[in-house]
Amino acid sequence: MSSVPDSPKEGIDVTAVLYAFLFYLATLLLVVGTGMKIRRYAKAPAPLKIPTMPAPRSQGGVYFRMFREVVLFESLFKSNKWIWLFGYLFHFGMLVVLLRHIRYFTFDVWWWVQIIQPFGVYASFAMTIGLAGLLVRRIVVNRIRYISSPSDYLMLILLMGITGSGMMMKFVNHTDIIMVKGFFLGLMRFQINELPMSPVLLVHLGSVVFLMIIFPISKLLHGPGIFFSPTRNQIDNSREKRHIVPWAKKLEE
Amino acid sequence: MASLDINAEGGPKFVADPLAVPQLKCGAMEDLESYVAHPKHNTDLGFPGELIDNWQEVAIAKIGELAEKNRAFQVYLDSCVKCGACTDKCHYFLGTGDPKNMPVARQDLLRSVYRRYYTFAGKYFPKLVGARDLTKEVLDEWYNYYHQCSQCRRCSVFCPYGIDTAEISMAARDIMNSVGKGQKYCNEIIAKASTVGNNLGLNPKALRATLEDLEEDLEDETGLSVRIPLDETGADVLLITPSADFFAEPHIDGLLGYAKVFHEAGVSWTVSSYASEAANFGMFIGSYENMRTLSLRIRQAAEDLGVKRIVFGECGHAWRVAYSFLNTLAGPFDFLDQNYPIPQHIMEFTHDMIQKGELNFDKSKNDEFRLTYHDSCNVARGSGMGGYEGGQFDLPREVLKACCNNYFDMDRDTIKESTLCCGGGGGLLTDELMDLRTKGASPRMTAMKQVTEDHGVTHMAAICAICKTQFSKVMPKFGYEMDSILSVHQLVGNALILTGQEIEEDPAPERDGVATEVNS
Repeated sequence: MSSVPDSPKEGIDVTAVLYAFLFYLATLLLVVGTGMKIRRYAKAPAPLKIPTMPAPRSQGGVYFRMFREVVLFESLFKSNKWIWLFGYLFHFGMLVVLLRHIRYFTFDVWWWVQIIQPFGVYASFAMTIGLAGLLVRRIVVNRIRYISSPSDYLMLILLMGITGSGMMMKFVNHTDIIMVKGFFLGLMRFQINELPMSPVLLVHLGSVVFLMIIFPISKLLHGPGIFFSPTRNQIDNSREKRHIVPWAKKLEE
Repeated sequence: MASLDINAEGGPKFVADPLAVPQLKCGAMEDLESYVAHPKHNTDLGFPGELIDNWQEVAIAKIGELAEKNRAFQVYLDSCVKCGACTDKCHYFLGTGDPKNMPVARQDLLRSVYRRYYTFAGKYFPKLVGARDLTKEVLDEWYNYYHQCSQCRRCSVFCPYGIDTAEISMAARDIMNSVGKGQKYCNEIIAKASTVGNNLGLNPKALRATLEDLEEDLEDETGLSVRIPLDETGADVLLITPSADFFAEPHIDGLLGYAKVFHEAGVSWTVSSYASEAANFGMFIGSYENMRTLSLRIRQAAEDLGVKRIVFGECGHAWRVAYSFLNTLAGPFDFLDQNYPIPQHIMEFTHDMIQKGELNFDKSKNDEFRLTYHDSCNVARGSGMGGYEGGQFDLPREVLKACCNNYFDMDRDTIKESTLCCGGGGGLLTDELMDLRTKGASPRMTAMKQVTEDHGVTHMAAICAICKTQFSKVMPKFGYEMDSILSVHQLVGNALILTGQEIEEDPAPERDGVATEVNS
């Protein structure tokens, strides 16, 4: 590995520069790519009222339905308790872990992020159990194996890699977390700081970068997608209020 | 596999479980092809007569067009994570075991092509994400499997993102029509309905003769002049009902029931020969334009006849289009009386009368039946009733209980929003698909057998013309008489004692309501 020649001690390793570049690129692709997709979803009109009935009769009811879908995975619960259990463990484990990671991006750690810290550790186990359960089902249940593409397995393996490498650094092979924080705080101020040369960390960060890049071009779009799903976000009021989209209106002229 | 499925556990074990998950039988239904439309049927609807030369190019462009015009299509193609929640929810999968009848697999037939031409991963790494070129084989596979979906939306109830296979299946049929590969059954019917006015191609003269015969029957039965008016200008209510109600059993008995209710309500009403069809097959082929053309006939008839209200008869998909789409397609209906729902379902009308205590029933007239109720899929998951969430489940049951003594619901997981399709909806009610229709009906039939064993249920009531025709055809294959399926308003009509009607002291002779069988 070559370092900047004139000041080796303060110089930045090529790896740090590479990761800095990758994080900027990944953030750009994630934000712009997902933003473009969301714009597409928002722009595409829903020509007909197609809420899956029975559906809420008011906007408030729709918010409540969406809340139950996003926070409780209500439909999935009705459908299949095992997928719900594993999916729920994974997603909410991930949420807590992500919140725990906020401390690497703020100079002073916010009080509520501090409170979350110990739970984040348990949450990583929840994530692992959830992902493992989903992977086992994908392999063992004939119906789900039938509908799986290589990318469906790889997505789970990627997430397991991120979780596993993260847990390694917590439980097995500690990395210089202060330096990691310095790296990310630096990135946020457009300066490149040192990054610990720990292989586990590099695998962890590299996988995260990859996940960010593929987000807008993969099934991870289910995240924003659910909010645009007409069967879940429409009000049952078609008899009371006329619903018509611009291209359909043109047919009337 | 089964040990991981909680569906297979939990709940009491029956000899047969209507939702039992079958072993996968790959390719079991791949050769089942419904008749392709004649060129004329296609051109009548504005589609190319036969498969065009550059069909591939046009079909791919159409996918892109639909993604821009229909949010559901775009979001549903992108959002599926292949979690598997829907895999055991389709009655055609439960009945056939063909994995391509699993909702997600059915969607994937199209999603794989969308990915190939419209996504980064599919363009550069097709194998990785299961993307594939649009070939003739793929088109044929679309044709066969998108005509094995009854668009019942059961899968959409259970999908964590609300992905509705019906939307994908409608879009697929729209794409196929746009390149000249239409289905005979749907397209022929739409052409008839948009020229003659009904799916049967029944002309006004024949319709009038039929209705006059029925009026005579009603007079013989009740001793009163109970009318079924046709094209009567100035009537208050325009009844839009499936044309099967004029000809098929048990539909026709439902029509007699509506007539009695209107008579007792003292409401002036009429049928229209111009819009003598409630069903709107434009929805089955995902064609907004065709759906609109058919809907506009109803508006036209209402305007021409100067009615104040529109009431729909017992018809499943028709009620979905009426309740959810009619205001969009043919509204606004500001020329109608705004004090009533526009449109209103006959069940709402009758229920209202019952609530007001204006209908006098002799429930014992229905004692020969031990009943259950089949929630028709499009009424249950595509519409509402009564102006409140879930009214479409309560109103028919309350009406049935008001006019029958013996009523029993089937397994909760097979009714209401989880109801199982009859197996004949969505443009599949055609003879060449009989094998699929029978297999698709088997989960529902198993659920019925449970209540037969537990409560001695003998008959099933429904409020959909397709359900009624389908069940009268398939019930005999499951050990029931073909007349074990009844119209809800047939039961209403049986028990309703009209004002001024002479009541016989002796138990009334059983009215033979199912004497003749007429195909719809």
